[in-house]
Amino acid sequence: MFKTHKPDRKHLMEVLWDIQKNKRCIESEEIVKVAQAFDMSRIELEGIISFYHFYHFDDAGKYTVYLDTSIIAEHGGRQEIRQAFEEATGTTFGSVTPDLTFGLFDTPCIGLSDQEPACLINFRPFTSLTPQKVFNIVTQLKAGKRPSEICDVPKTNIRYTPPADRTVFFKPYEKFSALAALRDRTPDEIIDTVEQSKLAGYGGAFFPTGKKWRFCRQTPAEKRYVIANADEGEPGTFKDRVLLQTHPELLIEGLIFAAYAVGASEGAIYLRAEYMYLKEELDRLLVEYRRKGFLGKNIPAKTPFEFDLYVHLGAGAYVCGEETALIHSMEGRRGEPGTKEYFPVQKGFLGQPTVVNNVETLSAVPRVFEAGVENWLKVGTAKTPGTKIISVSGDCTNPGIYEIEWGTDFNDFLRMTGARDPKMVQLSGPSGVCVAVAVDPKTGLYLVDGQDRRALSGEDLACGGSFMIFDETRNILKVLKSYSDFFVAESCGLCVPCRTGNFLLNKKLQKLINGHGEKKDLHEITEWSEIIKTTSRCGLGQFSNNSLLLAIDKFPDVIDRALADNTDFNPAFNIETATAEYDRIVEEINANYD
Amino acid sequence: MTKIINITIDGKPIETFEGRNLVDVAKENGIFIPTLCYFRDIPPLATCRICTVKLNGRHTTGCTLRVADGMQIEVNTPELLDNRKAIIEMLYSEGNHFCPSCEKSGKCDMQNLGYDMGITASRYPHAFSHKTIDFNPKRMIMESNRCILCKRCVEEVKTRDGKDVFSFVKRGVKTLVKIDYEEEAKLSESEAMRAMNLCPVGAILVKGMIHEEPFGDRKYDLVGKEVKPKLSGGGLVKKDPNEKFIVATTSLAGCFGCHMSMLDIDTELIDLLEIVEFNKSPLTDIKKFSKRCHIGIVEGGCANSENVEVLKEFRKRCDILVSLGECAIMGGIPAMRNFVSLRECLEEAYLHSRTSELGAHVIPGHEDIPKILNNVYPCTEIVKIDYYIPGCPPSAQHIWKVVRSLLLGEEFSIAHDEFKYD
Ligand SMILES: Cc1cc2nc3c(=O)[nH]c(=O)nc-3n(C[C@H](O)[C@H](O)[C@H](O)COP(=O)(O)O)c2cc1C
Ligand code: SF4
Repeated sequence: MFKTHKPDRKHLMEVLWDIQKNKRCIESEEIVKVAQAFDMSRIELEGIISFYHFYHFDDAGKYTVYLDTSIIAEHGGRQEIRQAFEEATGTTFGSVTPDLTFGLFDTPCIGLSDQEPACLINFRPFTSLTPQKVFNIVTQLKAGKRPSEICDVPKTNIRYTPPADRTVFFKPYEKFSALAALRDRTPDEIIDTVEQSKLAGYGGAFFPTGKKWRFCRQTPAEKRYVIANADEGEPGTFKDRVLLQTHPELLIEGLIFAAYAVGASEGAIYLRAEYMYLKEELDRLLVEYRRKGFLGKNIPAKTPFEFDLYVHLGAGAYVCGEETALIHSMEGRRGEPGTKEYFPVQKGFLGQPTVVNNVETLSAVPRVFEAGVENWLKVGTAKTPGTKIISVSGDCTNPGIYEIEWGTDFNDFLRMTGARDPKMVQLSGPSGVCVAVAVDPKTGLYLVDGQDRRALSGEDLACGGSFMIFDETRNILKVLKSYSDFFVAESCGLCVPCRTGNFLLNKKLQKLINGHGEKKDLHEITEWSEIIKTTSRCGLGQFSNNSLLLAIDKFPDVIDRALADNTDFNPAFNIETATAEYDRIVEEINANYD
Repeated sequence: MTKIINITIDGKPIETFEGRNLVDVAKENGIFIPTLCYFRDIPPLATCRICTVKLNGRHTTGCTLRVADGMQIEVNTPELLDNRKAIIEMLYSEGNHFCPSCEKSGKCDMQNLGYDMGITASRYPHAFSHKTIDFNPKRMIMESNRCILCKRCVEEVKTRDGKDVFSFVKRGVKTLVKIDYEEEAKLSESEAMRAMNLCPVGAILVKGMIHEEPFGDRKYDLVGKEVKPKLSGGGLVKKDPNEKFIVATTSLAGCFGCHMSMLDIDTELIDLLEIVEFNKSPLTDIKKFSKRCHIGIVEGGCANSENVEVLKEFRKRCDILVSLGECAIMGGIPAMRNFVSLRECLEEAYLHSRTSELGAHVIPGHEDIPKILNNVYPCTEIVKIDYYIPGCPPSAQHIWKVVRSLLLGEEFSIAHDEFKYD
């Protein structure tokens, strides 16, 4: 096992993955061995393993099924699929069949929201599931087919790109072509260009990329690192997946630009385990780039440099998308966010200055050089030039990927998606913001929070990538509860406001759903959320209740209906459901006797 | 070597050296920033979040803040003080803290802060988390019920060859600190003592080192003795001043004990009848509502479909609905069957019990008889309940007071003794 891996902590997760894949679990004997090899205590290793939900202490089954639990999957018919899996395999979710053939598990959004219900089986994607399809899959697996033989290739579903001269991402690209720009520019000149392009982080925070690179370059250090954040865990987001499916070369070249600019000699792509099926192609491309001399020693540039790159696989933890947590994870530790004493560009991976950028950000870099700053600035808005990739899912006819110019009108965009009676749109995922959508009876246009002429741009609605549409019929409280379930499950557990505050708020939401809510609960939700927001360490806790607070404000009718004060009878209690079991038992026992 | 700089804390100008830790700087200047995870000699952990302050208008933790020239820092604004208090309260709700039986009581940083901030009760409901106590290590006991996950032990306690003795395992609400038995055994007595002293609460204990210090004074139960319940209206309105108030009562899945207790009102029943007329009630044997009632008093929860019907009828016919006694409030004794499957309950009652006929094979089921519900429900889960009278049964005095005050719209105080049942 250790022949292929030098026991360097940064390879720990890879070693754990090898064991998990081969033995379907990481048993105590293996834990002892690995702990010894990496010179750490057993409990420390257990702490790491138990942090990531794709590592198992017990056998996860020859075929491990991970079914998406996101609200989009739920609305797409997930319950039926869940039942079909349980019937077909004879076990229940959260457990493994007695013969250890099938293990059924739930998992948060797997980045296939435009083709839900979807699942991963041994990390191979299966999309647009129907109960019939599930029975077929299980039958074929039982007959000895391998998941890789029968899995689906996820559709890219690119629904819209601007006119060719204004498209940034989804148009043909000739490999290596933009890298020529390195030959006549110094690293500082590269940073200048990126700065002039006003490129800002597409990962959600919109931090100016040029500035980030300059900080990193200016921090004195022996070694620097650049990392692509391909953890894409925000439910409803799948733009990075499609970029990696269609243009992985842009990302690699973006990293090469970044490395040259900041003076990094090593880099990585932190790929979420849910996208494991994209790793083969990335690895193949890296070999090609090495062969062509664009990775390795002496990369052609004005001042030739050395840089290489590997793919680091996550193991199921949303919080690892947070850059400092991501760095800890790459160091082979629990993926807990850092103390925020330093920025990664000051002290990052292994204590060295590190740039972490989103896949989309890095993929835009070669395009900036290809187009030239002047042309680049012509597209989009003043604050946010360029385009943005939006992942659309939910109640609409055309879910999928839209590359739109920043500044696109919200109404036009929503029409384009074929939204059906939209009531709420969730921008940038559960951590983002929700907006109330209604049709203006006079103009027939969609209003956002009662206003028309709203635009998707850095100046107005800055969408990070996820765009989930919920129609009239959806229960908004259940949507909010699903967000809350997600944050409770994904909190790393360091801060009490985030780990327990969200847990308690989750119960409050259930209380509202059950129709037991009181006015007092609303005050408490607001107060507690504020405390969670101001005292949590990282973005997960800080933004976890954004949507909840906004929704209380924007959908007063929904909230009012949920308050017990406003109804004498509790809508959560249903006499038919409550007596169904009795009827069944009586009938069964009496029938048996006849 | 280090630059002298000027900052302000809550408006107070302070001169200090650049790059120093805010918590230390504040302390030297007489401003106390409470902390649970920060420990002078170790790098800041920033896990407990209590030292959250505002720097130039943005929230950040004091322990990770290195002061720089011109910083304007807020420490003791009402918002920040309340945040701190909230976090301590949340820690109390999250864990299972029983200070009276804790070995570290009187030496516990969290208890100390609790007193300091005047916490008598947590604003958060108890989280009822499952925690464990691990007695297996050679020298130590890990009492997870008290652990606040400050991470001091995880970061600081290492064996001589540099291995971790403590580690976080799992994540989110399930996170807990575990001890590595093998590594723990390598610690010396004094290293183990250091671990225990490092722990700001009573989670890490060294075996044999307990109860050495006397307990401190605790001021429990001083506040909260006199609870004034809030009445929503100003008494009930009668159409005709000479008319009596109309009250209905019923017993659903209860034992009639609450009704018995009601009768214990004794001679005051005579006063009661001066102002009250009973409509539907077992006391009058009136089976059906004949008028709208001011107050409905419900004993017992709902175990079958008839209970549900009656309860709904009460809700429709009464202005104010009161849950009387524990069964009505939370299901009580009948709800104990919620832990057994309905099938088992029915089989036990009708097929396999000692009193059932040999070879019994039928579970009663007919459209004329009520259906048994899958669970026993407290009344609030079915209809809106306006007031609750706790107790098993509530004392007669208590019931009388509530009813009278409700009718007359008077506020009254409940003495601690009247509703404590221990
Ligand atoms: C809880 C949490 C999850 C995050 N997940 C992601 C993610 O999946 N992908 C991503 O690019 N950035 C994510 N981020 C943002 C990163 O911390 C970081 O800001 C980003 O990778 C920087 O890249 P950019 O400047 O190119 O946007 C997340 C942040 C938080 C707080
Ligand atoms: S806010 Fe939540 S996820 Fe972030 S560090 Fe704190 S506990 Fe972990």
